[in-house]
Amino acid sequence: MSTAVDFPHFVRANQVEALPPPNLARGPIAWIRENLFSGVWNTLLTLVVFYLLYISVPPLLKFLVIDAVWTGTDRAACRADTGGSEAGACWAFIWDKLNYFIYGSYTISERWRVNIFFALLAIGVVWLLWLKAPRRDLGAVYFFWVFPVVSYILLTGGNESFSGRFWIGFLIFGALVISLFAFLAALLKTSIRPALILGGGIVAVIGITLALVDLDFGLAHVPTSLWGGVLVTLLVATVGIVVSLPFGIVLALGRRSKLPIVRMASVIFIEFVRGVPLITVLIMANTMLPLFLPGDMTVDRLLRPLIGTALFASAYMAEVVRGGLQAMPKGQYEGAMSLGLNYPQMMSLIILPQALRIVIPGIVNTFIGLFKDTSLVAIVGIFDLVKTIEASRIDPAWAAPTIGITGYAFAALFYFVFCFSMSRYSLGVERRLAAGQKR
Amino acid sequence: MQTAVSQTSPPKKSFLYDPKVRGAFYQVVLVAAIIFLFYIAATNAIDNLQRAKIASGFGFLNNTAGFDISQTLIRFSAAGGTYGDAFIVGLLNTLVVSAIGIFFTTFLGFLIGIARLSKNWMVAKVAMVYVETLRNIPLLVQLLFWYIAVLGALPQPRNSLEMGAGFYLNARGLFMARPLWGTNIGLLVAALVIGLVGTFIYRRWAKQQQEQTGRQYPVGKVTLALVLGLPILTWIILALIGANPITFELPRKGTFNLTGGMQVLPEFVALLLGLVTYTAAFIAEVVRAGILAVSKGQTEAAGSLGLTPGQTLRLVVIPQAMRVIIPPLTSQYLNLTKNSSLAVAIGYPDLVQVFMGTVLNQTGQAIEVVVITMGVYLTISLLTSFIMNVYNRRVAIVER
Repeated sequence: MSTAVDFPHFVRANQVEALPPPNLARGPIAWIRENLFSGVWNTLLTLVVFYLLYISVPPLLKFLVIDAVWTGTDRAACRADTGGSEAGACWAFIWDKLNYFIYGSYTISERWRVNIFFALLAIGVVWLLWLKAPRRDLGAVYFFWVFPVVSYILLTGGNESFSGRFWIGFLIFGALVISLFAFLAALLKTSIRPALILGGGIVAVIGITLALVDLDFGLAHVPTSLWGGVLVTLLVATVGIVVSLPFGIVLALGRRSKLPIVRMASVIFIEFVRGVPLITVLIMANTMLPLFLPGDMTVDRLLRPLIGTALFASAYMAEVVRGGLQAMPKGQYEGAMSLGLNYPQMMSLIILPQALRIVIPGIVNTFIGLFKDTSLVAIVGIFDLVKTIEASRIDPAWAAPTIGITGYAFAALFYFVFCFSMSRYSLGVERRLAAGQKR
Repeated sequence: MQTAVSQTSPPKKSFLYDPKVRGAFYQVVLVAAIIFLFYIAATNAIDNLQRAKIASGFGFLNNTAGFDISQTLIRFSAAGGTYGDAFIVGLLNTLVVSAIGIFFTTFLGFLIGIARLSKNWMVAKVAMVYVETLRNIPLLVQLLFWYIAVLGALPQPRNSLEMGAGFYLNARGLFMARPLWGTNIGLLVAALVIGLVGTFIYRRWAKQQQEQTGRQYPVGKVTLALVLGLPILTWIILALIGANPITFELPRKGTFNLTGGMQVLPEFVALLLGLVTYTAAFIAEVVRAGILAVSKGQTEAAGSLGLTPGQTLRLVVIPQAMRVIIPPLTSQYLNLTKNSSLAVAIGYPDLVQVFMGTVLNQTGQAIEVVVITMGVYLTISLLTSFIMNVYNRRVAIVER
């Protein structure tokens, strides 16, 4: 009787050689052997990588540091024929043009205003991103209301001098809004006081904003055509984030809504924007926006790409926020509803605070993408950092073969420092948030 | 017996509290707002176009373009080509650079993604530095860098760099041999088709055999032999009997320029280099995440079943990792296609450069041009995501 099955491929016939004892050696040599030379294949890989580093890193260092020209006032220092032997990167050029790269052609005597804008931006970013900062709710008010208004006044000079008719119109508008709220409250038979406070608050915020912009602070007017460099890069990014976060939340809520038309409108907007390249959106904003406005109205040339990038970023932000909303367990919604909260209360008090917290890494990553994308406004003729470098590169006073490469190296360094630190921050938050889930 | 349960009807509510009524109200308001916005925009646009005396409609596509394009895959000339032809030329250029870019970036991305997980410390760190550097610098800066700093430093045509095998590199681009198809090319194609069909049949047979007897056959080697070996063998035989199906026209070096052969524009090379290296950094992260998503128990179980490390990778890890990798990989492919529109910054004649740039400036018909261009990208995106959804439904884990 034979129970053996013909399975020659799964049965080992002879004894396997015993493995050698584990390598217990410690110290750097053992580490190197373990990680770099633990076999023929591994050794070969290490050698190939060493060779690649050998042919790429020394020339790069030589160009960027050793042979680099650090001081000089014009092209003579950076040309091989006049400045000395082999000329490397021309950092003297960057040093000479640094103010142009930071402020563009912004009026020189008014550049302190730009510096204050940078400082205000830094305060807002730290306040919102530092998870242990005190009163982060106030931080949000600061970042999404105070900071934009103050920055607008600082950078343009404010003093819009609205006419008396404009203010009368605003008063009528305000009265209408407040009475609409009161009317709705009466219709729904709820108390009129909160409705009045809400309507009055909205009107007050708009009114204070307009009044601040209207007031004359004695600041000289600086037209946007003079703005440039890092100022514009940071401005586009800031406007992008300030607009895209609230707008993205609204779109995400719309996409998760039970109302079919609201949902469809959100989906169409999000998928349309995500399906086309940013550059086409920018060109569209540049060419079509003036067409859609009444003939006598013009849109500022800087404002057009701002609108384009803000809309573009909103669609991506909406998808990030939607991820957070979907990650909320259903019990949170049901719990909120069983407490008798209505939709705005449920969203603003229960769901969004939790959902936004878990998508902070996603928001930061979207912002990194937005920050890199700001460089595209250069293509539609806005003087951001890339465009100012482009413009300086062809300056005859600095005509030298290494100028282009130096300029782009500087731009690369600038973007890298910002994006890399943001991505580290996002990783840190991710780890912190994951710590709560770990067992 | 009467219970204490009271049968009072619910208190009468105002219809204003009915969620359905409220929902309908909000949606009516939204629709009204959207229609109002569109109405304002449309009336203003008509007004403005009439004042600027700009024609509307798609008739301009049949007008003569009157400009030349530096790279055309179809016949196109300034005198005879219409705006419609220019659109097709631009579209084909976009598709070509995207297709070639996707091909190379997949290789580079997988290579770097796997390198990041390497046990070799050196390899892993170098891959990490590559990913972190390339990901954190805007693509536009990288493209300008490749175009102006690297390709701009190339020599004039008379001092072309000779790279062997008929490849020359100079400031006008990359020159290489142009293949000329002979009359016997049909035989070569036939050999390739036979190879593909043979592979298909062999694979089915091998799978059947394995399921029935457990015996494994060398599928990979046979596939390689049939798909690559057969056409190459045919080619060699045809060449030996003097009926070579493919001959190459090599570029010849003149005094000032290279003539003959095939020229690849420097703009194309710069765009391709930028797109491939940039997207590869993202694909590397996708691949790394995909491989890490396969739990360690899978590898250990495969090992305890007696599979070799190679088999474990091929039969256990990769099929499961691919399920995680493919969706984000597709979105990276889409990103590459969309990013190819940055060609406008360095002057490669892609869809945006030709159509949204030159044609828009010449005709002034902003609305039509923008709608057509966005429509193209939107179609590509929606088509890809549709195919992706179908694929996802097929490979998704079947759950209860």
